[in-house]
Amino acid sequence: MKSCLVVDDSKVIRKVARRILEELNFDIEEAVDGQDALDSCTRAMPDVVLLDWNMPVMNGLDFLKNLRKSSGGDSPVVVFCTTENDMAHISAAIAAGADEYIMKPFDREIIESKFSQVGLL
Amino acid sequence: MRQEDFDFISGVLKERSGLVLTPDKVYLLESRLTPLARQKGMETLDDLMNEVRLRRREDMLAEVTEAMTTNVSFFFRDNTPFDLFKEHIMPAMQRDRAATKRLRIWCAAASTGQEPYSLAILLKEAAAMWKGWKIEIIGTDLSTQVLEKAKAGLYSQFEVQRGLPIQLLVKYFTQVGEMWQINDELRSMVTYRPFNLLDSFRGLGSFDVIFCRNVLIYFDQETKADVLNRMRKAMPDDGTLFLGAAETVLGITDQFKPVPGRRGMYITSDAAQPALKVG
Repeated sequence: MKSCLVVDDSKVIRKVARRILEELNFDIEEAVDGQDALDSCTRAMPDVVLLDWNMPVMNGLDFLKNLRKSSGGDSPVVVFCTTENDMAHISAAIAAGADEYIMKPFDREIIESKFSQVGLL
Repeated sequence: MRQEDFDFISGVLKERSGLVLTPDKVYLLESRLTPLARQKGMETLDDLMNEVRLRRREDMLAEVTEAMTTNVSFFFRDNTPFDLFKEHIMPAMQRDRAATKRLRIWCAAASTGQEPYSLAILLKEAAAMWKGWKIEIIGTDLSTQVLEKAKAGLYSQFEVQRGLPIQLLVKYFTQVGEMWQINDELRSMVTYRPFNLLDSFRGLGSFDVIFCRNVLIYFDQETKADVLNRMRKAMPDDGTLFLGAAETVLGITDQFKPVPGRRGMYITSDAAQPALKVG
């Protein structure tokens, strides 16, 4: 079973994402911001990170930059999942090492489509 | 919905588009036509039916046909046909059309354009190998309404997230308000025209590859065979046909045969073990 770290400051979004991903056979960890997510990755590196952008303490982009610099941090597939839906944000995410990018609102079909594109399904 | 209305509409659809509407599809009729009735300022579907059936409103009948034959589509739908196109068809055509450097592709149910644009993207991504080639992608559909959308190449955020990798979105689309538009170069690679598969293919010319996915399922056996046989005549012996995942030629025509291990891909029965040599 592959592991997925769901990073979002919204409890509702984490819950929705968890439900979809558990149905797709992922083992779920949750984090409430970028720092929390980094701590989680230090304990155990997930196979994939579903990552919000705007969060308190540390945002998604800063988390990604830190993750990619850390030991073993180049291995997780990182999929942004954010309301930021303009080209500038998408390009910045890709430049920082994001593998895919989901623009909210999302549904099960979009998650499935994006996850299969990066070879997770 | 009233039985006489259902009978009337299914008769018209069969005659005009080949679409076979069995009684269990009454929900499909209701779900597609109720919004059309509302759009016309009518209260119910019965009101719309009164106009088209009793008053023989030809203009509305055309819209009813459109509404019933419009299908959802997304980029790189089902993946496999596009993987096969990239890994097998493209190299085979490079080899077998090296003398003429011409390639003609027909998307016979182009809908809102995602399929022809997905092919255009694959060709564009390998632009170096097609330098000096004349490549035509023709997208046809019964519905002029979907073709307008295809031509504009404008897609919602929801549509561009189904099947399209983010790198390709960044590379080939621009943001226009809430929508995403495919760039002019890719749009210019595809020619769209309204076309009914029941009509003669004579004016269309010959195609090296035909994509006819998820449309035959709406036809009866006889119509399926007729369309497939005429498609065979519209391609050389080494042409390739792609059908939808739920479709087949088996038991319908002997003009095409499936390619083992390549789901949805069919070669002509006159092919000399062709694409198999590659890859």
